[in-house]
Amino acid sequence: MSDFDPEGATDVAPGEDDAESVLTYVVGLALAVLLTIVSFFIAGTSLVWGPSIPVALTVLAIAQMGVHLVFFLHITTGPDNVNNVMALAFGVLIVMLIMAGSLWIMSHMNHNMMPMEQMMQMQR
Amino acid sequence: MSGAAAAADPHRLGRSSGHRHAASEHAAGGLHAKRIITGYGFWIFLLSDIIMFSAFFAAYAVLVGNTADGPSGKDLFDLSNVAIETACLLFSSFTCGIAGIGAQTRRGSWFYGAMAVTFLFGAAFLALEIHEFAGLVARGAGPTRSAFLSAFFTLVGCHGLHVTAGLLWLLTMMAQVYAKGYRADILRRILCFSLFWHALDIIWVALFTVVYLMGAGQ
Repeated sequence: MSDFDPEGATDVAPGEDDAESVLTYVVGLALAVLLTIVSFFIAGTSLVWGPSIPVALTVLAIAQMGVHLVFFLHITTGPDNVNNVMALAFGVLIVMLIMAGSLWIMSHMNHNMMPMEQMMQMQR
Repeated sequence: MSGAAAAADPHRLGRSSGHRHAASEHAAGGLHAKRIITGYGFWIFLLSDIIMFSAFFAAYAVLVGNTADGPSGKDLFDLSNVAIETACLLFSSFTCGIAGIGAQTRRGSWFYGAMAVTFLFGAAFLALEIHEFAGLVARGAGPTRSAFLSAFFTLVGCHGLHVTAGLLWLLTMMAQVYAKGYRADILRRILCFSLFWHALDIIWVALFTVVYLMGAGQ
């Protein structure tokens, strides 16, 4: 964006390529391969403290999704990308609500449920 | 604004009439603006698709412990198979990006070659997944065995269906470029296809982490 105008930057479509962006894809592929290898290594290793593994896997997965978004889908923080990022932010919000809300509510319901044996005895 | 441009953009989404500042610039070109609007609309679709997947992920995460005394993920998942699947999908995402550049720069060998490689990687992924599913069903761990396996087959199978649809779309795009050339509307479809294919890879990242890696390490 050489002629950037703060009042009204032009928009780009998500996934829009510059003509010579092969390098972007190569960098993205290298980073994604690296993160994937680390993920699979951590999942199978005993070098890391056990309870930290799910957290580490989550962080690595979010990092890799970020790499995919930036290098493959070309979603950036640039002024020409505001609409795409806003839509993405809204999508992430809804995904978080669905995931966290489901897990939270269902774990509480499991907690408050009568154990199955008692339920069976009451039905007799 | 000419009549043709008004017809192409009846609601003036490009906001082109009257004042001229940078935001209205692309609407004057017409074609460029349409590419942006198409891409943005497809991006909204992809996000809603991801939200649908999040519902399946939530169902899986809630049901993952309910194995009904049947096998759990630790007993079933073969991580080396998953690693090969991941590699297939990742490299197909890369070659799909190369195909997009090939289409933009009208280099037929790049476009057809990269699309063919993308197809082969995608088909290899699908074959591995079908093989895995068939193996599970043969071992008596089909979707009817437990709530965990129902959620597993729904989530992973839904991604597999998306990949299948993507492969059909890929062949359609190759045929359309072959028959109609690099027209503006065909290039927009290639943009949408490329977005779709990359989004599938993003969903797969969440999937192999949550389902396979966390499931096998329990």
